Amino acid sequence: MPHRIVSKRQLSKDVFTAEIEAPLVAQARKPGQFVIISINNEYAERIPLTIADADEQRGTIRLIWQRVGKTTAELADMNAGDEIINVVGPLGKPTHIENFGTVVCVGGGIGNAPLLPIAKALKEAGNKVITIIGARNKELLVLEDEFTQISDELIVTTDDGSYGRKALVTEPLKELCQREPKPDQAFVIGPTIMMKFCCEVTKQFGIPTQVSLNTIMVDGTGMCGGCRVEVDGQSKFVCVDGPEFDGHKVNFDLMMKRLDTYKDHEQKAYEQYKKHRCKIGLDKTRNPKQ
Amino acid sequence: MTEEERKQLLQQLLDKHKRGELKPADRYKIPPQNMPEQDPIKRRTNVNEVATGYTETGARLEAMRCLQCKNAPCIKGCPVQIRIQDFIAAIAEGDFKKGLAIIKENSLLPAVCGRVCPQEVQCQQTCTVGLKFKDATKAVSIGRLERFVADLDQNNDSIPAVVRETGMKVAVIGSGPGGIVAAADTRRAGHDVTIFEAFHKTGGVMVYGIPEFRLPKAIVQKEIDVLSKMGVKIVCNFIVGRTRTIEQLMKENGFDAVYIGVGAGLPRFMGIEGESLVGVYSANEYLTRSNLMKAYDFGKSTDTPILRSKKVAVVGGGNVAMDSARTAVRLGAEKVYLVYRRSEKEMPARIEEVHHAKEEGIEFHILQSPKRVIGDENSHVTAIECLKYELGEPDESGRRRPIPIEGSEFIIDVDTLIIAIGNAANPLIRQTTPGLEFNKWGNIVVDENCKTSMEGVYAGGDIVLGAATVILAMGQGRIAAAAMNEYLAEKKKTRD
Repeated sequence: MPHRIVSKRQLSKDVFTAEIEAPLVAQARKPGQFVIISINNEYAERIPLTIADADEQRGTIRLIWQRVGKTTAELADMNAGDEIINVVGPLGKPTHIENFGTVVCVGGGIGNAPLLPIAKALKEAGNKVITIIGARNKELLVLEDEFTQISDELIVTTDDGSYGRKALVTEPLKELCQREPKPDQAFVIGPTIMMKFCCEVTKQFGIPTQVSLNTIMVDGTGMCGGCRVEVDGQSKFVCVDGPEFDGHKVNFDLMMKRLDTYKDHEQKAYEQYKKHRCKIGLDKTRNPKQ
Repeated sequence: MTEEERKQLLQQLLDKHKRGELKPADRYKIPPQNMPEQDPIKRRTNVNEVATGYTETGARLEAMRCLQCKNAPCIKGCPVQIRIQDFIAAIAEGDFKKGLAIIKENSLLPAVCGRVCPQEVQCQQTCTVGLKFKDATKAVSIGRLERFVADLDQNNDSIPAVVRETGMKVAVIGSGPGGIVAAADTRRAGHDVTIFEAFHKTGGVMVYGIPEFRLPKAIVQKEIDVLSKMGVKIVCNFIVGRTRTIEQLMKENGFDAVYIGVGAGLPRFMGIEGESLVGVYSANEYLTRSNLMKAYDFGKSTDTPILRSKKVAVVGGGNVAMDSARTAVRLGAEKVYLVYRRSEKEMPARIEEVHHAKEEGIEFHILQSPKRVIGDENSHVTAIECLKYELGEPDESGRRRPIPIEGSEFIIDVDTLIIAIGNAANPLIRQTTPGLEFNKWGNIVVDENCKTSMEGVYAGGDIVLGAATVILAMGQGRIAAAAMNEYLAEKKKTRD
């Protein structure tokens, strides 16, 4: 059954969001879960994307993605009315939500997308929610309004100071950890390197920290093990044991290397696609005659 | 033997048979008929099927080797009790249609089973001819004959008859061999059957696991098409336990009975240092990328990448290990090592697969096993450190226990390691189905009718047996379907 794109919007230079028809997923999904999609044929790449939101009544889910390779670029080139052939999910274990007291939610770049439903659920469960969201620059910052609505306190940072505070997210995070009373729980989602350094901060202060990992996957049901990470010295599968883990136990360095497994392949495929879209006139900046 | 000589021999034998003079001694003298195969050098570079199938004469000669034993020990070796001696007699007579009809009484997927059943430990193990020569490989080639008649039928579009609709709904979870049989058998009884498949494509292990060169995808697709034509509904991208639970399917979607055939699931890793380095794959992942996603065509018509390795080690001695090693060869690896901690005799792989692997240049490192995986500064695999093993007393599996030899460490340079040492049970159904009973390994507990601890819920295949085969899964699918049909008939009576 194909999945129609109901609406699509560009959030920043390389970040996009779309509402996609997937009534069963919309009904079943919980914060922290994700879907695997493939776009246009049975041999198209299967990629995991977090469910940023869902509307059970309309039978739709909301995805947010960053254009980083062929599949995400292809998806960015699709529009309302187009169809995606495969959407499967919801996958992964839902986030464990309870009233921890004060929680810090840290989102970096596209990590804001999966963080939003978790922060929302934490707020609904009665937590005091302090959110830190960061991006490289103003252009790449997404979902600020949404986080403003649900956060008791919101701190925005950019690496270059083009918006909000000029800092990495670890800086305000450390300050929060030094407050008395210190936060009871942290949730960190973003680039692997960011999660690594955030976890180093919270570990110093003994604040339990959940991270949500987005690794390379094929089936998403535990069958292939391609998504495995080292947690506390043991192999764990992100798709069935995660995607959330105790951030203080994750081997982020190895995870980053594994994420780069197909870097060359991905680059080649992306270049090919860019050339192709240029030829067919999708890319007006590269081929002004069109 | 040339084809001409084969024809002459067959004619002589048939004449003798007609006169009633054909003795077992004459049958023993017929040379075992080999199945034509692609040349090993040539097939290293393509994914086409290795064995190309018997000619009519080859098949009839092979069939003439069957002694037609009164007690038919072969049937006792067959998990689904096909009337083997009868279908072989039909082939010998040249009545191939009759041969196939006899097989189909018991087996739905002869073109599949003829290819992937481990006949040498089933029907062919108990074959009198093989016993006479004290060599299972000299038994009547029952599997090849099954494949022969099944392949002749590939263009046949007839579909099994379906009785009047009962209005009872059956959910089949998983579209592998067990699910296909369970769906067909319950549909034939007139039930409204839906198959739920987690992947975007149907066929289960026959599509993601077993490579094209051993089981062409078109054959599996044909079986799926038959189901569709029978009126079985197929829903892909649906993960029971996540998209909807079994309880929801039964209570909210009105399914009266459920068959769980979800397969094995989680690949086992070894728990050794370095097993998450870049370049270490589970066999499941390696094969899924290559088979289901056609990673070998990456950049041309497909999008899923796979590492193009130069030196590959595969750990394990089963069919999946052979499939992985032979896939690595086809993906262009210059050296492929098969590392196994027992001796070749203990290998669970089919003899034919071992033979094909060796022909294709795979180097066997027996009585060895990796101790750790070594990587470079980028965490890419560069080598494995192995230990040598010797065999001790038999363990609970009946095979001699491998014992590591202390201080025997040595290094094999590789850039990819594929781990093919089996699967643990997938926890998805267990986590999401309270009330269903599991054993300590996480496999579903069933009775002799494949009925689980939950009313109306049946299960079979790997999720019940641990590691099974296509034919065992099919066998359980059939047993479960019979029990489900009975259960549904009862249920309908009380409902009406």
